[in-house]
Amino acid sequence: MLAKRIIVCLDVKDGRVVKGVKFVNFRDAGNPIDLAKYYNEQGADELSFLDITASYEKRKIIIDIIRKVAKEVFIPLSVGGGINNIEAIRKLLNAGAEKVSIGTAAVKNPNLVKEAAKKFGSQAIVLSIDAKRKNNSWTVYINGGREDANIDALDFAKKMEKYGAGELLLNSIDRDGTKKGYDLELNKRFSEELNIPIIASGGAGSLEDIRDVLTIGKADAALAASIFHYKKYTINDVKEYLRKNGVGVRI
Amino acid sequence: MIAIIDYGSGNVNSVKNALDCLGCYSVITSNPKEILEADKLIFPGVGAFGDAMKELKKRKLDGAIKSFIESKKPFLGICIGLQVLFEESEESPNVKGLGIFKGKVLRFKKGKIPQIGWNKISSKTIGNGYVYFVNSYYPVPEDKGIIESTSDYYIKFTAAVKKDNVFATQFHPEKSGKFGQEILRKWLNAG
Repeated sequence: MLAKRIIVCLDVKDGRVVKGVKFVNFRDAGNPIDLAKYYNEQGADELSFLDITASYEKRKIIIDIIRKVAKEVFIPLSVGGGINNIEAIRKLLNAGAEKVSIGTAAVKNPNLVKEAAKKFGSQAIVLSIDAKRKNNSWTVYINGGREDANIDALDFAKKMEKYGAGELLLNSIDRDGTKKGYDLELNKRFSEELNIPIIASGGAGSLEDIRDVLTIGKADAALAASIFHYKKYTINDVKEYLRKNGVGVRI
Repeated sequence: MIAIIDYGSGNVNSVKNALDCLGCYSVITSNPKEILEADKLIFPGVGAFGDAMKELKKRKLDGAIKSFIESKKPFLGICIGLQVLFEESEESPNVKGLGIFKGKVLRFKKGKIPQIGWNKISSKTIGNGYVYFVNSYYPVPEDKGIIESTSDYYIKFTAAVKKDNVFATQFHPEKSGKFGQEILRKWLNAG
């Protein structure tokens, strides 16, 4: 059976990995290529690069990083952050990314998802949603989680699935950075209502959190950053734990 | 020389990267003459079955692939590069495949589609382990003897086929970590 995936997220700013990396014991802990190799060796199933570079001119740096990582790391690579046109997607895929994730741009221009899926295939297009609880449902936040787009997240995800999004990266704003565990209800609900794989994001703090989102939360993959960067657990720790708890993983 | 077929749709660089890392020189090409002159040929297809066949025909690559395979030199098909070796696919009902193998390509009926991620293969000769899949369709060969590997996605399906000089995988060895590199290395060394 298909294994549940453990995905490591690397936040990249101006070509350097930021957030938490000072705890990784490297001489050059911010080097994205070294970190990618490090997590690949540990058994990561996929690497997710989030480009948080603010200046437009420096955005081509991420393309160069992907090109270099793809020469040495032979697992799927995905890239997200500010991607808003076909040309940018093409460049990243040609550089060696397996997939790109589209967030704010999908809200502002849903046809981008349709067009990109048609051009590059659904498997290359990940819809990224920053979801925040609102009454009994979830609303979509855009611009790095700063602005409420006032769109029902589940309706939007269903529409984007129809438009050809191949996966959903579902980030809980309520849980992001809290280490209180993933939003299980959010993941379960979306996983039951959608027919594309769900990558759970936001809130991982313990081994149990990861197990729960992949079982109770029915997510297909769990993405985490800080628990790995801060060396609380290695990827192998997580996978061994999951395997002992009956969750199929690639070891 | 190893030739990697590029017909304009996919990222063939990842296959080239994987070969580079194994110390094998390869060229990316869509030139039928260059393809026929190659010692080994890799076809990493992407996209839909019908589109792939259309692009191959447009560039006269369908005939080149068939001739190459007839010449008994080693051929490796990946993903759609495996599927087009069969006669037809549920994905594109009115399009004929290359027909190297008898049989058809069917769509998964259960589970999330496409299947995306790592799944375990059991094989006759290439080993057992996890490899990376991205597929909505899987091959059903008439001659079960050509089945090299199988995997499970709500149904047992053929993950790789092998006959004489033709080896083809539904999964992506170039994205399957160390095990994928090992599969590629064995193929490179065998011929």
